[in-house]
Amino acid sequence: MIFTDEPAPGDPLPILPGHSSPGRFERVLRAGAFAVTAELSPPDSADPEDVYTRARVFDGRVDAINATDGSGANCHMSSVAVCALLTRIGYSPILQISCRDRNRIAIQGEILGAAAMGVCNLLSLTGDGVQAGDHPQAKPVFDLDSLSLTVIARRLRDEGKFESGRALTTRPKMFLGAAENPFAPPYDWRPLRLAKKIAAGAQFIQTQYCFDVPLLRQFMTRLDDLGLLDRIFILVGVGPLPSARTAQWLRHHVAGVHIPDAVVERLAGAEKAKAEGRQLCVEIIQEIREIKGVAGVHMMAYRQEEAVAEVIDASGVLNGRVPWYPERHKMLLQEKVAP
Amino acid sequence: MYQVRLWSTRHARGLETLYQAFEQALVALDPLWRRIGYQRLERPVAAVEHAVKGFLFDCQMCGQCALSDAGMTCPMNCPKTLRNGPCGGVRPGGFCEVKPTMRCVWVEAWDGSQRMQRGRDAIRVVRPAVDRRFSGTSSWLRVAREKAGGPS
Repeated sequence: MIFTDEPAPGDPLPILPGHSSPGRFERVLRAGAFAVTAELSPPDSADPEDVYTRARVFDGRVDAINATDGSGANCHMSSVAVCALLTRIGYSPILQISCRDRNRIAIQGEILGAAAMGVCNLLSLTGDGVQAGDHPQAKPVFDLDSLSLTVIARRLRDEGKFESGRALTTRPKMFLGAAENPFAPPYDWRPLRLAKKIAAGAQFIQTQYCFDVPLLRQFMTRLDDLGLLDRIFILVGVGPLPSARTAQWLRHHVAGVHIPDAVVERLAGAEKAKAEGRQLCVEIIQEIREIKGVAGVHMMAYRQEEAVAEVIDASGVLNGRVPWYPERHKMLLQEKVAP
Repeated sequence: MYQVRLWSTRHARGLETLYQAFEQALVALDPLWRRIGYQRLERPVAAVEHAVKGFLFDCQMCGQCALSDAGMTCPMNCPKTLRNGPCGGVRPGGFCEVKPTMRCVWVEAWDGSQRMQRGRDAIRVVRPAVDRRFSGTSSWLRVAREKAGGPS
């Protein structure tokens, strides 16, 4: 998708009326396209090329790339650094900030810094507990929760003030997001909790893995009843499962991942589990795209990032649309120049 | 105590009524508190508050009591000290991600709030970030002083 007012890669797009950010991701959603985002696992490395390699596998399939922030409480390159590297060559990253590792002073500074480096999207997260990761001896911070973080980010953007009330000279123009897990208890409260996130300032939502479409449908119907669907862009989390064993492991070791027995059995019974997992993911995407209020999918394909292109292509959700990526931008420019 | 805390949530409705009456009494007595001096009262009242709320709710004395807005559960017992609802890591059956043998504080809070009158809607309101300077101070006195109005 190339916009008519396309800037040089890395430069901000003009902010359209009613938009909050100069970013591509918000443009795509507000244009009504079915959006695709994908999760990039930051490397255990100090080499920028490792980041670019991981981003390139998504080329032409995703509208924005989430850089995780110490996901699962494991130590990796920081989200803000990954995002800054990605903006240099024009990608549209989503900065993830978890409340686990930093207090409000660090977080607000990071939001300003990220915006200065061209990052246009922020996903506020609570964060997994430190017991889940490779540094269980670390101090959990949790000075804020994901909602108060959203409130503070909105204040920075809309009022131009820190939480303390001190004024900014330039506001961070961020499109604000939050996470939700419709697949964890208390189920009847989850929709109201999402309403709370909207009230706090969330403009888009990325959900936890969806392997249970009926449960998602129930959740979305409830949101519709509450009149929330017009006020939020919801991207449903999906991902290919490589094997029944991985499914079992995810179920028991990753907080908040709900995988129905039928899914595990289907993988266990398949001759080629990996292919079956991808096929299942395609089917789930096709089912959820039909649900009212779903604005896109968020692909989380940990350690099989190459599957993202395959699954997205097979699902047909892009409908012929090609999301922006650096090489395509160059190609189109050459076409323009050529007679 | 964990069992007492769960009992309190089960009896959120009664405790809400009791707490409201108690709050009104505290506010009505503002002239008396003023005469004695809020500052002089701070330490003894905080000690009593800690003892009572500690017993009933495992209160952590954040100083900005959220009991009435959280189904008469103390959200500071959440290992992530979340003040606006559960994280995404709640285990099947409603158990805590970090402490798997403990009920999720916010699953309990939701149950409690649904038994309450005012608390039913109060749980839906966005709570701002906690002010850590108030930690260890009396929430009762702050409420009395603020609701009675007048110079603080």
